[in-house]
Amino acid sequence: MKITSPAKLRDTRNDLSGRQAEFSLTVTVCGGTGCRSSKSLAVFNAFNKELAKRGLSDSVRLIMSGCHGLCEKGPNVLIEPGSIYYCRVKPEWANEIVESTIQKGELIEKYMLIGLKTKESAGNQNGSQVHPYQVREILKNNGKIDPLDIGDYITHGGYESLSKALFELSPENVIEEIKKSRLRGRGGGGFPTGRKWESCRKIQADSKWVICNADEGDPGAFMDRSVLEGNPHVVIEGMIIGAYAVGAHGGRVYVRNEYPLAVHNLTVAIEQARKWGFIGENILGSGFNFDIRINRGGGAFVCGESTALMASLEGKPGEPRAKYIHTVEHGYRDEPTVLNNVETWANVPGIVLYGADKFRELGTEGSPGTKIFSLVGKINNSRLVEIPMGTTLRRLVEDIGGGVPNKKKVKAVQTGGPSGGCLPESLFDLQVDFDALTEAGSMMGSGGIIVMDEDTCMVDVAHYFIKFLVSESCGKCTPCREGLKEMDRILGKITKGEGESGDLNYLEELGEWMKAGSLCALGSSAPNPVLSTLNYFRDEYMMHIADNKCPAGVCKNLIEYHVIEKNCTGCTLCAKVCPTGAASGVTKQPHSIDTVLCIKCDECYKACKFEAIGK
Amino acid sequence: MAILANEIDIDLVDRIIDRSGSDPEALIGILQDIQTEWHYLPLPALSHIADRLGIPYNRVWAVVTFYEAFTLEPLGKYHIQICTGTACHVRGVAEIVRALEDELMIETGHTTPDGEFSLECAHCLGACSMGPVIAVGDEFFGHLTRSKALEIIEELRKRSGVDLK
Ligand SMILES: Cc1cc2nc3c(=O)[nH]c(=O)nc-3n(C[C@H](O)[C@H](O)[C@H](O)COP(=O)(O)O)c2cc1C
Ligand code: FES
Repeated sequence: MKITSPAKLRDTRNDLSGRQAEFSLTVTVCGGTGCRSSKSLAVFNAFNKELAKRGLSDSVRLIMSGCHGLCEKGPNVLIEPGSIYYCRVKPEWANEIVESTIQKGELIEKYMLIGLKTKESAGNQNGSQVHPYQVREILKNNGKIDPLDIGDYITHGGYESLSKALFELSPENVIEEIKKSRLRGRGGGGFPTGRKWESCRKIQADSKWVICNADEGDPGAFMDRSVLEGNPHVVIEGMIIGAYAVGAHGGRVYVRNEYPLAVHNLTVAIEQARKWGFIGENILGSGFNFDIRINRGGGAFVCGESTALMASLEGKPGEPRAKYIHTVEHGYRDEPTVLNNVETWANVPGIVLYGADKFRELGTEGSPGTKIFSLVGKINNSRLVEIPMGTTLRRLVEDIGGGVPNKKKVKAVQTGGPSGGCLPESLFDLQVDFDALTEAGSMMGSGGIIVMDEDTCMVDVAHYFIKFLVSESCGKCTPCREGLKEMDRILGKITKGEGESGDLNYLEELGEWMKAGSLCALGSSAPNPVLSTLNYFRDEYMMHIADNKCPAGVCKNLIEYHVIEKNCTGCTLCAKVCPTGAASGVTKQPHSIDTVLCIKCDECYKACKFEAIGK
Repeated sequence: MAILANEIDIDLVDRIIDRSGSDPEALIGILQDIQTEWHYLPLPALSHIADRLGIPYNRVWAVVTFYEAFTLEPLGKYHIQICTGTACHVRGVAEIVRALEDELMIETGHTTPDGEFSLECAHCLGACSMGPVIAVGDEFFGHLTRSKALEIIEELRKRSGVDLK
C-alpha cells in the first residue's frame, strides 16, 4: 500500500481514476455540519437503500462529502455528471430522484435551486449559479470528494504538490515560492507566511515543529471546520510541505473538541496518510521524516492565541505569554515552531504546485488569493463562501447572500469576531482585504461575517462581545481582565437606560488603555467592538443615554410593546403566540397589549404580518 | 484506593491514562476522555490522574477549572447546548435562553435536580443557517421561537416518560 516514489504516486492516481471511471454517475450528499443538522444522514441512507434496491450500487457512486456551502438550502444533493443540484432534499424523495434522474436522466424541476432549472444552466453550475461571484480554490474539492477516502483526494491531484516539493524543490525554493506568493496568515493577523517560515528555517535546532491552529474560536464562524471536515488531506499536505521547508519533523493539529466530525475526519485522514506513506519515515522515498498528532482543545477562546495554544498543547492552562519571546525560536516545548491557521496550510499545496504567480492572479496587491467567509446572521442565504480578496462587502451581502430577510433594511456587518468591529452600510463598497478592514477599524479575523439589520441594536452587539470576552479572558494581565469587566459594567448600564453623559468618553479612554497595556492580542483587540460601534453608531448610544430609547427595539428596559391600531387587522395571531395573555382582543378588531402582563419576549412582534406591533 | 473503587471504575481511568502513554502533556486529552466516559469529571479520578502522571494535584485542578469544556457537575440525561454564537445572537437567541432557564428553573451551566436536563451555552454550532438553534446530543432544532423551544422540552419529557407536573 505504501507509495514509495513520485512515479508510484502517478501510477496509483491513474489506477484509481480508472476505477472511478467505472461508475457512470456520482451522487454526493452534503455531510457538512449544517446539512447534517438538517438530517442529511437520513438522506444518504435513503439513497443507499434505493440504489441497492434497484441494483445500482456498482454503477452509481454514492458519497457523503464536506460542506457544499449552501447551508441555507440543505440537505443538498449533487449528481454528476450534469451538475444537477437538488436542495432541501427529503429522504422520501430518494425513490423519485433515483428513478427519474439517475435511471431516466430527467430533471425534477421542483427540487432544484432557483436559477438552475434547465439542463443547460444545471450543466454549467460550476462556479456561476450555485456559487455566484465566488472563486473556489480551497473549497473546490469540498463537495466533490469523500473526505474519508484518501484515494479520492489523490485522484483529484492530491499529494502531487508534496511530491513536487520533495523531489524538485529545495526547502529554500519552497520558502522562496511562498514568499513570492505573498500569502498572509488566514488566522486573523495576516502575517506573511513566507517570512515566518524563513525565520524558523534559519534557526539551527535538532527539533522543530509545525502546528495547525484549528481552534476557530470566533463565535459565528465555521470555515476552518468545513475545510477540515470536507478535505482534511489538503491541510495535511500543506503541513508536510511546511515541515519540509522549515526542517521540522513533528506536527500538531490543535482542533476544537466541539468539532467532533472534524476531529474524526482528520484522524482518519492522518491514519490513511501514514498508511500510504505520505507521513512517517522516508516520505515517498525522499528520506524526509514527519509525523502529525491531533490535540483536542478545551474550549477556551484564548487558546487560539499562539503562545496560549502552545501552553495548552503542553497540557497546561492556556495562558499567553509576552510577545517579545518569538515562537519561531522558542515555541512548543521551547523549540522552534511555525504555527499557521487551517486555511493558511490549505493554501500551500496550490501555491507550490501551480506557482506564486498563479496565486497572485487573484486578490489584491497586498492580500493576494482568496478567502473563505461564513456569511451568517440576518441574511437570506447563510452560507460558506470563497471569494477573491478585494470583493466588496456589498457584493457579499447583496449578491451572494441575497440580502436581508423580511424586507428589513441592512444596517451593518460585523467582521473579525470578538477582536473585530462593526461596519455600517455606508461602507459596503469597501473592498475586503486585511488592510482595508483594519483601516476601517475592524479586522479580517478568521472570516466570520455577521450581517445585521435595523432590528439589531449596536450597543447590545458590543455588549454581547464584551460579555463573551469577560468570560474568555484568561485573567493573567490586569488591563484585559479589569478593563473588560469595567466595559461590561458601563455597557450594562447603558442598555438598561442608566447611562450617563460621560460614559462614552470613558469607554473610549478605557479602550485605549487596554489596547496599550494588554499582554496578548485578546486584550489589545478586545475594545474593537466597542470602539468601532462608538465610531459609526454613536447616535444610537446617545439615544440610549439621553432619550432612554433603544431604536432597534432590543434593550428590554427601554422598550414597551404596543399595538399600532391603524395597522392591526385583528387577525388574533399575537394573542395566540403570547405566552402570558398580555396580547388580546376580539377577532377583526384592533388588539391591545397589557404592559403589566407583558414579559417582552418579542413573540408577537415576530409573528405579526402587518407591522402592527410597535416597541 | 478502596473508596475510589467504590465510586468509579478506576481500571477504566487507568486504561485511559495508559492509552495516552502516561504523558503529563496529554493531561487535557485524558480529562476529555474521562469526561466522555462519565459525562463529567468525578473528583476521585482527578487525584488518581495526578498520582499516575506524577504531577501536583493543583496542576490538574488548574487545568480543569481553566477550560470551559470541563464540568465537575454531572450533566443531565438531556444535555441541551444552546448556541449563543453571534449569528444566533442577532437572531434573538437570548429570548430562548431565558425561556429555557425559566422553564427548567436552572441557570445555563447547570443540571436540573432530577438529573434530566442540563443547559450549556455553545459558541456557534455550525448551523447558523437555522439559527437560533439548540442541539440535544446529535439532534438539532432550528429556527426556534420561544414556544417552539418549550415544545421541545415537553417532547423530551414525554420521551423520558416522566411527568413532572
Ligand atoms: C484571542 C485570540 C484568538 C485567536 N484565535 C485564533 C483561531 O481560532 N484560529 C487561528 O487560526 N488563529 C487564531 N488567532 C491568531 C493566532 O494567534 C495566530 O496568529 C495564527 O494562528 C497564526 O497563523 P496564520 O499566520 O496562518 O494566521 C487568535 C489570536 C488571538 C489573540
Ligand atoms: S452562531 Fe449559532 S450556529 Fe453559528
